[in-house]
This record gives sequence, structure tokens and C-alpha cells, in this order.
Amino acid sequence: MSDDNKNNWPLWEIFIQSKRGLEHKHVGSLHAADAQMAIENARDVYTRRQEGNSIWVVPAGAISSSQPDDSAMLFDPADDKTYRHPTFYQMPEGAKYI
Amino acid sequence: MTEQEALFTYLLRLGDDLLILSHRLGEWCGHGPVLEEDIALANRALDHIGEARNIYDHAVKVEGKGRTEDDLAYLRNERQFVNTLLAERPNGDYAHTIVRSFLFDAYHLPLAEALTKSSDEQIAAIAAKAVKEAQYHLKHSSDWLIRFGDGTEESHRRAQQALDEHWTYTGDLFVQDEVHQAMVKASIAPDLNTIKASFDATVDRVMAEATLKRPADGYMMSGGRQGKHSEHLGFLLAEMQYLQRAYPGAQW
Repeated sequence: MSDDNKNNWPLWEIFIQSKRGLEHKHVGSLHAADAQMAIENARDVYTRRQEGNSIWVVPAGAISSSQPDDSAMLFDPADDKTYRHPTFYQMPEGAKYI
Repeated sequence: MTEQEALFTYLLRLGDDLLILSHRLGEWCGHGPVLEEDIALANRALDHIGEARNIYDHAVKVEGKGRTEDDLAYLRNERQFVNTLLAERPNGDYAHTIVRSFLFDAYHLPLAEALTKSSDEQIAAIAAKAVKEAQYHLKHSSDWLIRFGDGTEESHRRAQQALDEHWTYTGDLFVQDEVHQAMVKASIAPDLNTIKASFDATVDRVMAEATLKRPADGYMMSGGRQGKHSEHLGFLLAEMQYLQRAYPGAQW
């Protein structure tokens, strides 16, 4: 983490909402001195081509991540449980975001 | 001078400010202090170029001599540019660049707002588009100036120095000569005294927050609107116009 490095601004993870009602999606990260600067930088770096409707910024250090070593334990058990997929239902007509 | 000639000159003034400043900002491309600011300045330069193009496009139609926006940008000499002196000031350190933009933005935003009510419909439409951009420009430059002023001892010192150096060039923004008076009379342009009042209020507000000292209004440089420029503009044009001068009519 660059938070420890006094010569670098802290790292922020950037989430952009492209349309009202949709989720905020992770688009990347950038450096900024504080949250306000992170929002402005995100505006300039990630919303130049009309991608944005709303911006969230999160200090990268505040995100806890699962360990790659645990991935077998965490994710493999789902492999043979296809009944968990909602594929046995018919999609209501016109519903885009389910 | 006919009203048409005055309007053409006025449009050149509006467009030249933006083109020359955008070239200065473009000089930072690839050299910004951090990637994020590098992109921010390039975005801003593109905003300025976009507005300048719209203005030049209108200007050549007003002139009616078959010239194009490129002719105005690339085939005029130093004395034919009527941008304000502030726009051509060299980049210097980042404080100089930010202060130059801040002073211009504090003038440009109220001007764009006033021009939305211009009796010239084309100018009003161009200004309406520019207002939102100008709001963000002023926010960006103000935020940085406040960070510098209210930051470390060194950033404060550099910001104050940049402010003191650029201040002498702010008087040129508000010169109201015969051309401008003709525009005011035709309700095409606002009285610059109203823009100055807004400029002063913005400067005072940001100076207070940035703990910077507003320089005294002493001797002011002027002449940009008459095509009398500092020694810096010639070098800028030499770089900006090189390709069209060396290979006339080149396209790609």
C-alpha cells in the first residue's frame, strides 16, 4: 500500500455509476490527497466520455480482500450446484436488470 | 469601423484568449506533476479549444471572406492575435499555471454567464455550452490555489509569488475600448465593469480561504487587445503554427 509512502498521495478505488438506478461499478484506482481531490481526479480520469452519473471514492486501504490461497475453499464448492442459478424461471418480459 | 468589423474583432478576442491559453495548457501534456493532473489539464485545454473553434467558426462567417477557423488559428501573425496578455504567460511552475488559470477562470465564468444573454444568438448558444465547463474550471483552479496557499510554507510562498507576478496582467482583461463599447451598445457583450465586480468577489473569496494576499492594483500591463504582446507569444506561435507554415495546407 502506498499509504506508507510519504512521497505519494494515498491510493483510492473509484466506482462510477453510469446511469441512475444502476450499481456503482469499480473502474480503477488513482492517487489523491483527500476524498475531494479523488472525486475531481476521478471525474477527469474516468468520466471523459460520458461514463458517469455519480462517483464513489474509497480509500484503497479500507478495502479488505479475500486471499487467493483461500479461493478453492471459498469458491469451488459452488461448482456443482447449478440449481442455485435462476435459470429455471422465465424472465418477465421487458425486465432488463435482474 | 462598422459594427460587423467590431463584432469580428470581438469574436477574435474571445477566441484568441481560449486558443492561446489552451496551447499553454497543452504544453503540460506528458509533463504534469501527476498523471491525474496531466489529464485534468489536457481536458481543460480541449474544453478551451472546443469553445475557440465554435467562436472562430462564427467569426469567419461574420467576416464573410471565405476564411476558415484554421486560417485564423494558424495563418495569423503575432500582431494579428488579440488575446489578453495573461493567456500567453509562460507555464512556470505548477503554482504559476494554476494561478494563471484561476485568474482567467474568475473572469471567464461570469463573462460566459453574461454572454448567454447576448443579442447575438450564436454567441449566446456558445456561451451556454461553455458555462458548465467554466464552472468546473474555476472549481479546479480554486481548489488547487487553496491547497497551495493553505498548504506548506513552500507551496504558500510559490503561490503568492505566482499571484504577484500574474496580477500585473489582469488589468488587460477589463480594457473597454471602442470595439468593446460598440459591442455593449449592441447588447452583444456585457459591460466589463460588471464582470470585474464578479472577478473581484471570486478573488477575494478564494484569497481568504487560501490565506493568500491579494496584490495591490498598481501598474497594469495592457495592449493584448491591440495585438501588442509580450515576447512570449512569438515563440508560442512558432511552435503552434510550425506545421502549417512549413507545409501550407497540410492535412492528415
